[in-house]
Amino acid sequence: MEFLWFCIVAFMITMYAILDGFDLGAGIIHLIAARTDEERRTILNAVGPVWDGNEVWLLAGGGTLYLAFPLLYASSFSGFYLPLMIVLWLLILRALGIEFRHQVHHPLWAAFWDSVFSIGSILLSIVFGAALGNVVRGVPLQADGYFFAPLWTSFTPQPDAGILDWFTVTMGLVSFFTLTTHGANFIAIKTEGMLQQRARTIAGWAWWGLTLTSAAALIATSTIRPALWDNFAAYAWGAIFPLAGIAGIVGMFIFNKRKDDTKAFVSSAAFIAGMLATTAFGLFPIVLPASANPAYSLTVYNTLTHAYGLSVGIIWWTLGIVLAIGYLVFLVRSFKGKVKLPAEGEGY
Amino acid sequence: MDDALLIHRLHFAFTATYHYIFPQLTMGLALLIVVFKGMAITRKDEVLNSSARFWARIFGLNFAVGVVTGIPLEFQFGTSWARFSTFAGGVIGQTLAMEGMFAFFLESSFLGLFLFGEKRLGQVGHFIAGLLVFLGSWLSAYFIVATNAWMQHPVGYAMAADGSVYLTSYWDLLLNSWIGWQYLHTMAGAVVTGSFVVASVGAYYALAQKHTDYGRLFMRTGIVTGIIASVFVIFPTGDGQGKNVALYQPPTLAAMEGLFETKEGAPLVIIGQPDMDKLRLDNPIHVPKLLSFLTYNRWNARVRGLDTVPRENWPDNVPLLYYSYHIMVGLGSLFVSIMLLGAYLLWRKKLYTARPFLWVLMLSFPFPFIANTAGWLTAELGRQPWLVYELLRTAHGSSTMVSAGNGLFTLLGFLGLYFVIGVLFLFLVIRILNQGPVHGSYVAANR
Repeated sequence: MEFLWFCIVAFMITMYAILDGFDLGAGIIHLIAARTDEERRTILNAVGPVWDGNEVWLLAGGGTLYLAFPLLYASSFSGFYLPLMIVLWLLILRALGIEFRHQVHHPLWAAFWDSVFSIGSILLSIVFGAALGNVVRGVPLQADGYFFAPLWTSFTPQPDAGILDWFTVTMGLVSFFTLTTHGANFIAIKTEGMLQQRARTIAGWAWWGLTLTSAAALIATSTIRPALWDNFAAYAWGAIFPLAGIAGIVGMFIFNKRKDDTKAFVSSAAFIAGMLATTAFGLFPIVLPASANPAYSLTVYNTLTHAYGLSVGIIWWTLGIVLAIGYLVFLVRSFKGKVKLPAEGEGY
Repeated sequence: MDDALLIHRLHFAFTATYHYIFPQLTMGLALLIVVFKGMAITRKDEVLNSSARFWARIFGLNFAVGVVTGIPLEFQFGTSWARFSTFAGGVIGQTLAMEGMFAFFLESSFLGLFLFGEKRLGQVGHFIAGLLVFLGSWLSAYFIVATNAWMQHPVGYAMAADGSVYLTSYWDLLLNSWIGWQYLHTMAGAVVTGSFVVASVGAYYALAQKHTDYGRLFMRTGIVTGIIASVFVIFPTGDGQGKNVALYQPPTLAAMEGLFETKEGAPLVIIGQPDMDKLRLDNPIHVPKLLSFLTYNRWNARVRGLDTVPRENWPDNVPLLYYSYHIMVGLGSLFVSIMLLGAYLLWRKKLYTARPFLWVLMLSFPFPFIANTAGWLTAELGRQPWLVYELLRTAHGSSTMVSAGNGLFTLLGFLGLYFVIGVLFLFLVIRILNQGPVHGSYVAANR
């Protein structure tokens, strides 16, 4: 039961990273890839109808985490208080960028919301990566399962690290480059002409950033949390996750060169899924490691709720996920193909 | 009360109160838009169809602000109320996760199609997309009310060795006897808001002599749905909800009514100011014996006062609770009067020329928002000093790891951000109202 719910939560978060990842990525490249008003409206019309649904994966994922591992939810959300509030402000501002821009037709209004959308997306991509970095590095958990970490201290991971140190910021950069590539691949699928070409160029360049920072993060992880590899030594089948990630990296490179945008997008999605699954597989059964005293680490066992609620949850969750994926498929089919810019006042 | 606790309470009160301005209109308007769209298809009437599109524009904007101000609430259970989440997550995690899985996915998937997919979907498809958005928003409210109902009246749980609670009955949680009236009361309140907003815009167009066809249609529709909803919100739903409070939370009822002493044949207080030092109401105007009758259907029934409850178990802000409740009830009565008068004028075919009444209708739109807010304040203040009724005190539910200073920092951040959002929202809505509905806008936009 622990393992099943661990997988459910990890699945929901991975889906969030892949889906909101591409609209965050679209936001990251928004100002650079799209130069004219028409191009910017094209990007906004590509993400406009789907960003809200993508963000629901975060809410639903948070909900399943809350339901199955209440203490983990409570401990991490209160421990990461300030960074999460900043995430909220960025999510709000970024969404307003998408939703408010098309309401008024004025160059200054458009320029302002374009910047809000883009800067919000850039900062969010970095913060999400840093959050993952914190989960890998560990936080100063106490005996009661709670912790407090300041936003930063000396920027070193030892002895009493803040949320941001050189390791977590490196992870933030991995996330930034990954989502840049992923978002650029998405925009290349949905557009034509100059915009599509620029998106492909950006994806090509960001690939180098992604590869270099990932390599750096990999080496750093091995020094900071070598235990992450123990599960792979014990269960060799776990190697499929890092292999999927590597296949994603190779795929992104090849399909970007071949201008096969859909396959490049699938590759970047595979990379995101592979890397998150690798982390989750390596951590299990720990869900939040304690940096000072390993005995205080939160695990699936000491945070799990009672079996009855979990069994009932499996039943309705299965129904819910079938519906959610059904809507997703319907939505993808409805908005298939290149974005056709609607008339002013209609669409984003 | 320690500082951090106070900050967390103000923080949640502010973000939740602000948030609820938007979903109440979302839920109310969703129904009215489905009505407009459905009638447009059956009657093949372009004015109705353009009305649906016009309100969908406002709906889209309102929905977006509702979404972005709603996300913080789900986070705040963990950030500000960590001990509560550890305590109750095994139970209310169920309803909150179900809201995401069943309501939010549905709503968000079809919203984009509804707002921008009319050409793609065709008329019937467009109606169905709107219906699904309506369904999603009303389903979402059910899960939230179920969560709140569990906090008001915990059922279907057992206590674990570590002092936290876990679920023992899924159906008890989802069919809690507190839910029925509270859900219907809440939804009726949302329809009151939607109806008043639509009728009020109609009155504005009529007075300004712009878009007159639409103005009349908006008033007719708003008055018809408004009279049903504003009666329904009082009887049977408000009455039923009141009886639930009397049954399960007697101290809350006493505080709401300003009843400090237990009485047989207790009077219903219309107005008066609670004096918490002398424990009495100043300047009371009351109707003798009515409270006993409304609560127990007997004129001489005994109603428990606050004197039967130890002071540490009193709701910790009796005057605010008392005022919230009386403001809600007072405004609720006013809504029925306005809508009755409107319906009478409509019936006598004098509505469109009754200028004083049009003024009243036009200026009435803020009051349902106030009444809905006051209603939720009554529910939340009434539950105090408990976070989960008689199981967990609010003082024992907050996060221990977040300092008052840290909390104040983010509270100030939210105050600033939400102020800006409010200004922008009003600016954009006023723009849409001034542009008004465009006859056959869908065709015009696609020339």
